[in-house]
Amino acid sequence: MAFELPKVTLTLREAPSRLRTFLGPILAFGIAMLLGGLLVALMGKSPWQALDVYFIHPLLDSYNLQALALKASPLVLMAIGLSYCYRANLWNIGAEGQFVIGGTCAGAIAIFTHGAPDNTLWILPAMLLAGVMGGMVTALIPAILKVSLGVSEILTSLMLVYVSQLTLDYLVRGPWRDPKGFNFPVTVTFDPAATLPPLFDGARVHVGVLLTLAIVIIAAIMQGRSLFNFAVRLLGLAPRAARFAGFSEARITLIVFALSGGLAGLAGFMEVSGQINQLQPSISPGYGFTAIIVAFLGRLSPVGILVAGFVLSLTYIGGEAAQISMQLPLDMTQTFQGLLLFCILSADILTRYDVSLAKART
Amino acid sequence: MSGTTRRGLIQNSAILGLSLATSGVALAADPLKVAFVYVGPVGDFGYSYQHDLGRKALQAAMGDKVVTSFLENVPESDSERVFEQLARAGNGLIFGTSFGFMEPMLKVAKRYPKVMFEHATGYKRAPNLSTYSAKFHEGRYVIGQIAAKMSKTGTIGYIAAFPIPEVISGINAFMLGAQSINPEIKVKIVWANVWFDPGKEADAAKVLLSQGCDIITQHTDSAAPLQVVEKAGMHGFGQSSDMSRFAPKAILSSIVDNWGGYYIARTKAVMDGSWKSTDTWGGMDADMVRMGPFMNMPDDVKAMADATSAAIKAGKLNPFKGPVVKQDGTVVAKAGEAVADKDILGMNWYVKGIDGKVPG
Amino acid sequence: MTSEFVQAVLLTILTSSIPLILAAIGELVAERAGVLNLGVEGMMICGAVSAFIGAYDTGSALIGAACGILAGALLAAVFGLLAIYLAVNQVAAGLALTIFGLGISGLIGKSYVGLKLTNASHLHLPWLSDIPYVGQILFGEDYFVYAAFALVLGVWLWLNKTHAGLQLRAVGDNHTSANTLGLDVQAIRLWAVLFGGGCAGLAGAYLTLAYTPFWSPGMTAGRGWIALALVVFASWQPWRLVLGALIFGGATILQLQAQALGVRIPSQLLSSVPYLATILALILLSVSKRGKANAPASLGQAFIADK
Repeated sequence: MAFELPKVTLTLREAPSRLRTFLGPILAFGIAMLLGGLLVALMGKSPWQALDVYFIHPLLDSYNLQALALKASPLVLMAIGLSYCYRANLWNIGAEGQFVIGGTCAGAIAIFTHGAPDNTLWILPAMLLAGVMGGMVTALIPAILKVSLGVSEILTSLMLVYVSQLTLDYLVRGPWRDPKGFNFPVTVTFDPAATLPPLFDGARVHVGVLLTLAIVIIAAIMQGRSLFNFAVRLLGLAPRAARFAGFSEARITLIVFALSGGLAGLAGFMEVSGQINQLQPSISPGYGFTAIIVAFLGRLSPVGILVAGFVLSLTYIGGEAAQISMQLPLDMTQTFQGLLLFCILSADILTRYDVSLAKART
Repeated sequence: MSGTTRRGLIQNSAILGLSLATSGVALAADPLKVAFVYVGPVGDFGYSYQHDLGRKALQAAMGDKVVTSFLENVPESDSERVFEQLARAGNGLIFGTSFGFMEPMLKVAKRYPKVMFEHATGYKRAPNLSTYSAKFHEGRYVIGQIAAKMSKTGTIGYIAAFPIPEVISGINAFMLGAQSINPEIKVKIVWANVWFDPGKEADAAKVLLSQGCDIITQHTDSAAPLQVVEKAGMHGFGQSSDMSRFAPKAILSSIVDNWGGYYIARTKAVMDGSWKSTDTWGGMDADMVRMGPFMNMPDDVKAMADATSAAIKAGKLNPFKGPVVKQDGTVVAKAGEAVADKDILGMNWYVKGIDGKVPG
Repeated sequence: MTSEFVQAVLLTILTSSIPLILAAIGELVAERAGVLNLGVEGMMICGAVSAFIGAYDTGSALIGAACGILAGALLAAVFGLLAIYLAVNQVAAGLALTIFGLGISGLIGKSYVGLKLTNASHLHLPWLSDIPYVGQILFGEDYFVYAAFALVLGVWLWLNKTHAGLQLRAVGDNHTSANTLGLDVQAIRLWAVLFGGGCAGLAGAYLTLAYTPFWSPGMTAGRGWIALALVVFASWQPWRLVLGALIFGGATILQLQAQALGVRIPSQLLSSVPYLATILALILLSVSKRGKANAPASLGQAFIADK
């Protein structure tokens, strides 16, 4: 090599200090804010006002908190599922597709029961089931290919995202189009029987948000206690040891993919039933990809994911407020999200490892 | 598909205060807050860009009596919250410019009865939700005539986005205009299945040129097809905005969306209390559709284009006047009649003379 | 069908596959070194906007292309610092890079929207445009076409015929033993990632300088993701990558050609061909032994040296 690059050595800390674990993300957040503020200032706007609009104002009233919960719910659900995959060192990056197929399958039931007579209490549970199954089957395709043929799950799951989106696109523009919809690419609007009711009268959030919360709590309680969780972690950290301990790698792979696909499908169901109330060519503004980021920001732990889901939703909602009241472009929000991720991801490493710089070997 | 288009920003707009928490219509003394929601980037130099020009015209005309703001690149599936946020931020009038905003706007309008909503290209209304659209097909009739006059091969290329009524009625009006000059004219239609992907639109233009088309018209948003015809020494038309700067030698004209007048009128109506829920479908007569400059054509063609535009503007010429016959020979409008508005707004068939089928 | 028509079709396919080839060949090198960078789309769009600004402000397409390469490499450097030196998860860092790239490109390109490059013909090669039939549609894009093929040839030679190429593959196949052999895993990976970023930036530059010479936010329209698929489809082999890009580009063009000829195929089915083909290729690769040998074994895994 023409000139020497410094050599960086990472050493895993025996036990990450509590102080570092706590301060790391906060410091990272601070640095990202500083960089973001600098950008805002460069654009000739007040960074203080931006701080207020992005991060403080959205937290001040019940409406905004509900909007936050609605936005965070699908992200958190999917990230919880993905965290099982990632802890097992399996790279499911196709949650977006699993979400879309889940929503499509749930929507199918709503469309085909459209205008059905009363006594339709079974419709919502059936939609939920269809959504979960749809997501699960989509996720199992890369899992089965991985287990049986050793095909890289990273790329198959990513490719299936596009196939899923195009499937929905085809259905909505073709066979499932609302016959009375002037040829526009949307399905019929769902009946009340196929719509998730609001949490309380006049609420913006639907009851699905409670289900999300329940799943977070269950996942948090299970964490570190169940044999399954242990097996997943062991597979991720030391596959050989996992096999030696008698855990089937194939079975764990299938289970974690089914789990994450099922949760993504559940999120898809909630989105079409509780929010959109019909199918349209696109039912997700990229939730499945954002969920990957949420999973990592939350360090693959259920509570961490809950927090990360809210922080990321806050940047979206704050970003909209900044567009409305400060004329800060959407690009600013995205740039900031990127910066925030860079900072938090590096901080995470710095808390877990000791970093030392040395001259490269000569 | 979502996630594939991004934005950009025109910076010099008014700076608003932070009164996010106030809701309802502003007091008479305060400026009226008017908000716009775009599905695409204002930097598309096409559809969303033209709406934003309308917003700027409104701001310029009303001065400090209104404050305008906008949100760009709002995904349709995630737009309900955006409209609600705008209603809560004290906007008295909110425009949503994409068909996909229909259900979200309907829901939010019910929750905020004191805020007026205006939805472009939709068909569901409420006491505080109007719909508006433009008769883009009137412009298509004019460029159909120009294309038929200018084409040497007698084959015209047509790049279309999605088979929705607005696009299909555009194709039909174009064909009727072209047939009025040359009954033997052929049109080759290519569906790009995107509103905005410069690369793919350019590919579509190249494909059409290779198949013997010497004039390309487009119902997609970027200027890429025009740049292709400019290089190839052929001719084309601009979409949504005057795109002559992208292809000064190739462009024949553009169909320009002009929303400023409508936005100003509706804002004034809210201010003086005369706003009612309506369905507006304006064309050249209402100045919602304009023709860009007629360029790169002989004087006689230019004179014809001017005359046709003037006739449409004066209400003397309806592009969908009878006889209009479907591909299978069904008569939709007899001589002396015209195709009904509701049939144009839900159009899913081709007129006779177009080969191929409407997809979907 | 006349030969003129066939030639025109082939040329359209060729030019539409150039951005895919450029971005994919860079990603191929990074992946051969064991680094999966999902930020191709972000690097590409930054390359596109920087190239446009460079070319617009200086009037030189060459400087524009250089700006594009530099911008792509700059973003790749950020990714490299995180994913290689700090061992941040590559999937997460790559996705973050794409988000960041899409945002920052909009910010810096804001005042260049709606402007047109008048100097795209700077890349015009006189003797090529004299060839009958070819010149008409292919003006100006020629340098990039040649650059793309030169890059593919160069990468193929370098990977397979040079010592440094062997080292890079060793790092990608087993970073632990490569380290034991005394290779600087991190440095080699960083260079590979920078190369990948430069190529993605050049692919973006091709879009704004030659293919559709104007800047518009989001104009890469997912080509970066297709480039990622392409690398796998090609089973990490440079020449197969060219074939794959022609097939991917060809699928779009032929679908448009078929439409204009009046043949109707559901567009969604055709649009999903590249993705289904990639899955199929992956399956075939894992069944055949040779294919398996090509896949970099350490792909996606961070290297953390033991003390």
